[in-house]
Amino acid sequence: MSGPRPNLDLERLADRHRRMHRIRAFEEQAVAALEEGLVLGAIHPSIGQEACAVGAVGSLAREDLLLSTHRGHGHTLEKGASAVAMMRELFGREGGNCGGKGGSMHIADFSVGMLGANGVVGANINIAAGAAHAVRLKGERRIVCCIFGDGAVNRGPFLEGLNWARVFDLPVLFVCEDNAFAATTRTEAMTGGPGPAARAEALGIPARAVDGNDVDVVAEVTTELRERILDGGGPQFLWAKTWRLTGHTAVDKAAYRDAGEVEERWKDDPIARAADTLRAHGVAGETLSGHREAAVQEMRAAYEEAKAADWPEDRALYADVQDVGDPREAAFRW
Amino acid sequence: MVTTTYMEAGRRALAEEMRRDPTVWAVGEDLGRGGVFGQYAGMVEEFGPLRISDAPISEAAILGSAVGAALAGTRPVVEMRFADFALCAVDELVNQAAKARYMFGGQGGVPLVVREPMGMWRSSAAQHSQSLEAWYVHIPGLTVVAPATPGDNLRLLKAAIRSDDPVVYMEHKDLWGIEEELGEDEPPGEFGSARTVRDGNDATVVSWSAMVRNAAAAAEMLAEEGVSVEVIDLRTLWPWDRGAVLASVQKTGRLVVAQEAVSVGGFGAEVAATVSEAHFGSLKAPVKRLGAPRIPIPYAKPLEDMLRVGPDAIAAAVRAQL
Ligand SMILES: Cc1ncc(C[n+]2csc(CCOP(=O)(O)OP(=O)(O)O)c2C)c(N)n1
Repeated sequence: MSGPRPNLDLERLADRHRRMHRIRAFEEQAVAALEEGLVLGAIHPSIGQEACAVGAVGSLAREDLLLSTHRGHGHTLEKGASAVAMMRELFGREGGNCGGKGGSMHIADFSVGMLGANGVVGANINIAAGAAHAVRLKGERRIVCCIFGDGAVNRGPFLEGLNWARVFDLPVLFVCEDNAFAATTRTEAMTGGPGPAARAEALGIPARAVDGNDVDVVAEVTTELRERILDGGGPQFLWAKTWRLTGHTAVDKAAYRDAGEVEERWKDDPIARAADTLRAHGVAGETLSGHREAAVQEMRAAYEEAKAADWPEDRALYADVQDVGDPREAAFRW
Repeated sequence: MVTTTYMEAGRRALAEEMRRDPTVWAVGEDLGRGGVFGQYAGMVEEFGPLRISDAPISEAAILGSAVGAALAGTRPVVEMRFADFALCAVDELVNQAAKARYMFGGQGGVPLVVREPMGMWRSSAAQHSQSLEAWYVHIPGLTVVAPATPGDNLRLLKAAIRSDDPVVYMEHKDLWGIEEELGEDEPPGEFGSARTVRDGNDATVVSWSAMVRNAAAAAEMLAEEGVSVEVIDLRTLWPWDRGAVLASVQKTGRLVVAQEAVSVGGFGAEVAATVSEAHFGSLKAPVKRLGAPRIPIPYAKPLEDMLRVGPDAIAAAVRAQL
């Protein structure tokens, strides 16, 4: 499965393995909490896609900016957001990244440059172009990374945002995290032409396609593209091919896929793949299972803390709407 | 009679219309697997993938191409999944669909139904919970429907499909599971005809969509206190049944309008203004609007609950008028 690798850095891969486990454990804990009624709204797990989060977002710098999607827990964790704050947000509690007012689909943590997940597919693409516009206007040395799914390439903002980034030569890395599905639809059936990379190239943006389940490859190419952007190379595009191992949302049983196909895909689980490589190069089994156990423990603690957290105070309802006017006007409660 | 859910009623309306008229077809994301809530379950098996069509995540193309398909002689039913995502196709709806008939001097219409499931449902937060019906009422050329019951969903969706003009059809997500006994043969409903949910003499409560349940519950509470409340379900917001509302307020002298939407600039304001204009001299109390404060919908349940207009709030508003 994992042949010899020229640039294999065992320590680095082990660390990536550990971080993928953190994402997996966070989401498994969140799914369990949803079943308990503690997570209030829909969640979209990225199980099987962790190599994209760790490879791409893990290769950004702290000062880089990130725009993510409804399936963004992994991206957000990798950007440096606190797992506890994220769990609190999923539970709608005080101390959540958004004070409990956003939930899973709207997590943002500006303190680590994470400018927001998004409930509207493709809406983050123009926003990312605009953030990159600001970076250029201010003459800063950092990039904007915009992650979206394969379904998003069929929305208008994909064309408009990529063209914008090219025309203004903006420091933005577009990452299409292609998990083969858009909700219950196989994206392939609804996407014309040879796919996301060709579309980016048609707009003059250099594109690379990678195996999105190989964390080292995603990281290596992301690092290279990031350097190129910082060197003034303008927008770059990364197409990372992975596979969504679970349902569209945590309650979607995904009956539209054949069990055999899913089982086959589990064999390509990016975490297992990293573990295989590490084991083949002599890393001890206990080290690997230790990563899993530490992650599970960390996320269990996050769960306990979120569960014990208070609800937001009532006055949070009216806070942060806008600076002018009274939001209670004409409503039923004064 | 058949026990029918609100969701099933919508499916039945579409299926019956598709059997009756081969130019009717539906298009939207995930329809081939039954749609996001299951409103289209089993339909591709009966009608095939050309008439129950999947779509890319391309709201502007879904709605825009439906405008063209309507101009060229078919009757598309467009599924927008959540009313919130229909905002990705506002130009197509507002500048194109709504204007074509008038702008082109009546040469042709746009017989198009845009299904936009609306409202608060399971902590869906700011981008999946909105009630934007008033926006569409504001646009000349659009018909706006917001059914509260399975029967109305069945009859009004049929009427919408048969309409020669674009109809914004807003089912409430929180109503999918409610049931009603419906006949085997239900004719299309009528736009602009309200339903009197309950007769009363002391006050009139007007609402639509899911809020009708709360209005009825408030009337029940007040009945126990000896207050007789007339509850009116508007069913369609454009056209709306001014006659029914004015006649009721003529009788009761009091009006409360209850809506889930943000109250400021909401459709309740239109109802309140109309009644104030017509009945200024005979009102026994100032007209009262109830609706959400002007805030995005928060995720945390206790916060979300604070902006709901419940039966208590409606009953309190009526009591304050007595
Ligand atoms: C504009 C818009 N249309 C539809 C939806 C509903 N929706 C949410 S996620 C999703 C699938 C998105 O697929 P993709 O972009 O491939 O991302 P993935 O879910 O696979 O991560 C859809 C259709 C939405 N959120 N926004």
